[in-house]
Amino acid sequence: MHMADALLSPTVGVALWGASAGTIAYCSQKVSTEMDSGKVPLMGVLGAFIFAAQMINFTIPVTGSSGHLGGGLILTILLGPYAAFLTIASVLVVQALFFADGGLLALGCNIFNLGFFPAFIAYPLIYKKIIGREPTSAKITAASIVAAVIGLQMGAFGVVLETVFSGISALPFLTFVAMMQPIHLAIGIVEGVVTAAVVSFVYKARPEIIQSTLELSPMGSHPMRNILLAFLVMAMLMGGFVSRFASKNPDGLEWSITKVTGKVGMKGPEQGLHATLTALQEKIALLPDYSFRKNSELRKEESKPEAAQPFQKTEAKKTEDQKNLAGTSVAGLVGGTMTLGIAFLIGFALKRRRLPQRIVLS
Amino acid sequence: MASLQQAVLDLKNLDLLANGNSPIHRLDARAKVLVSFVFIICVVSCDRYEVAALFPFCVFPVVMISLSDLPPLFIIRKIALICPFVLAVGILNPVFDREILMQLGPLGISGGWMSFASILIRSTLTVGTACILVGVTGFTAVCQALERLGVPQIFAVQLLFLYRYIFVLTEESDRASRSRALRSCGKSGKGIRSFGSLTGHLLLRTWQRAERIHIAMLSRGFRGEFRSPKTSRFGTPDLVFVLGWTVYFAIIRSFDIPRSIGALLTGGGL
Repeated sequence: MHMADALLSPTVGVALWGASAGTIAYCSQKVSTEMDSGKVPLMGVLGAFIFAAQMINFTIPVTGSSGHLGGGLILTILLGPYAAFLTIASVLVVQALFFADGGLLALGCNIFNLGFFPAFIAYPLIYKKIIGREPTSAKITAASIVAAVIGLQMGAFGVVLETVFSGISALPFLTFVAMMQPIHLAIGIVEGVVTAAVVSFVYKARPEIIQSTLELSPMGSHPMRNILLAFLVMAMLMGGFVSRFASKNPDGLEWSITKVTGKVGMKGPEQGLHATLTALQEKIALLPDYSFRKNSELRKEESKPEAAQPFQKTEAKKTEDQKNLAGTSVAGLVGGTMTLGIAFLIGFALKRRRLPQRIVLS
Repeated sequence: MASLQQAVLDLKNLDLLANGNSPIHRLDARAKVLVSFVFIICVVSCDRYEVAALFPFCVFPVVMISLSDLPPLFIIRKIALICPFVLAVGILNPVFDREILMQLGPLGISGGWMSFASILIRSTLTVGTACILVGVTGFTAVCQALERLGVPQIFAVQLLFLYRYIFVLTEESDRASRSRALRSCGKSGKGIRSFGSLTGHLLLRTWQRAERIHIAMLSRGFRGEFRSPKTSRFGTPDLVFVLGWTVYFAIIRSFDIPRSIGALLTGGGL
């Protein structure tokens, strides 16, 4: 399941971009120093293979629906974690740019969810442990299914965490978890079975491919440490983000600006441009019916006796705030529609101007 | 994934659009990559209930499409294909968030619907931008720009390799898949067993192909990088392009212009 830009706050997006970029840099360095150059075209062509394999469907026995090969785990089994991570990342870049899966900001999340978990958790900690030193067909099947299910569960949980921390979607955490995890359990089992089928076939035909990867990338003596370091950096970024989540500020960018400048937000001041506009609008207002009677409301508040309870006062202020909010929302809608109109007019104007040129060309 | 064939076809078409010749096409790829990123960051950093404030951002895709002569319908169709995921998650917002935020006569609009609308607009803008970026730049140029912006070389090479072989391999698997479908005459024969060996064979052929490619490349002097015959310079127009859009995004991000216009017209509070 791909994370999407629209559900993502910039803080979470950028934090995971950082984590994924760090892992890509680390894997690049690892692949270019440790592996033979034969791996380079192999990575590229196997990435393309993932696309190709997704065109071949098969029928799932009970449901009658059709499934296809997922990506992460099979690439890791064939290439080893570092090269596989780069390949998965490149597949996701192409999907983000061409297939509109996810988006550019969500790319970091997607690379992390779909690349990191299969390559650096499910493969070394589950698949390799089950396979042991001597792979057999049965072991390969079991290992593929278990690793695929667990890898995908972690990926799905990643999507949930990223969405909830971003706070764009109103879905409560538990509802989202209850929705995502079972669906991905089913998807994970299918992916595991498919991966097992393909890997078993390759193992029968050319066992050295599976065998050599198992031996070729023995996770080194301390690669996990570096990966954990990248994780730590990400956790710190996320930690900064969580604190803003607790403080209930509207959004991450403003939050960081507040942190940097020490000022709250970058909304216009009460004088200058805004004041001029306020003065102007009284005269120009074309749709005065929509205005909310802010002034009469204010007067009402003033006419209250001095001894008014602070509670009442805040109540009155609250309703006034709500009215104002509603008022500005309508204003926003009217203005927004106009802006949209202007945007498309600009487009048409530019297009119109270019048309004659195009006719000449063709 | 039946739509993948269509998607690969779309991919070819999208990349072909990059062969166009317009002021936007002629800009340095790095400029376009940078502006796209700034745009996306600005769009997604808006408040979750923002709807109208997102509209000024439409100027960017609209201007890019019209200046570069991209077919708008093509881009709109790509956007319409956005993963149903956004809809699936977004549609639940009105269910969970029923606080009325806006009153239009007798009709109260809840925060859920506002944020749902916001999510749809955001995804339209961000996905559209990604398509436009490729449509006016081309994938190869985007990769080269990424490499020059500091992406590890091996990853840039990987992207180029991947892109080059997607077409070759998808055509091959399309043929294999179609011939299997013709032979299986309906349901039987499309199960997991034949899938395993079919895909496995495809994989082995792919593997051998990669070995041949590697040998061929080594014999032509491949040393781990692709050399590009023309390298574009980051000139004044590129700088103007980047600065101009960045300033525009910063302005519309920090001042809610639609609300100001609306307030001007309705006489409401700013």
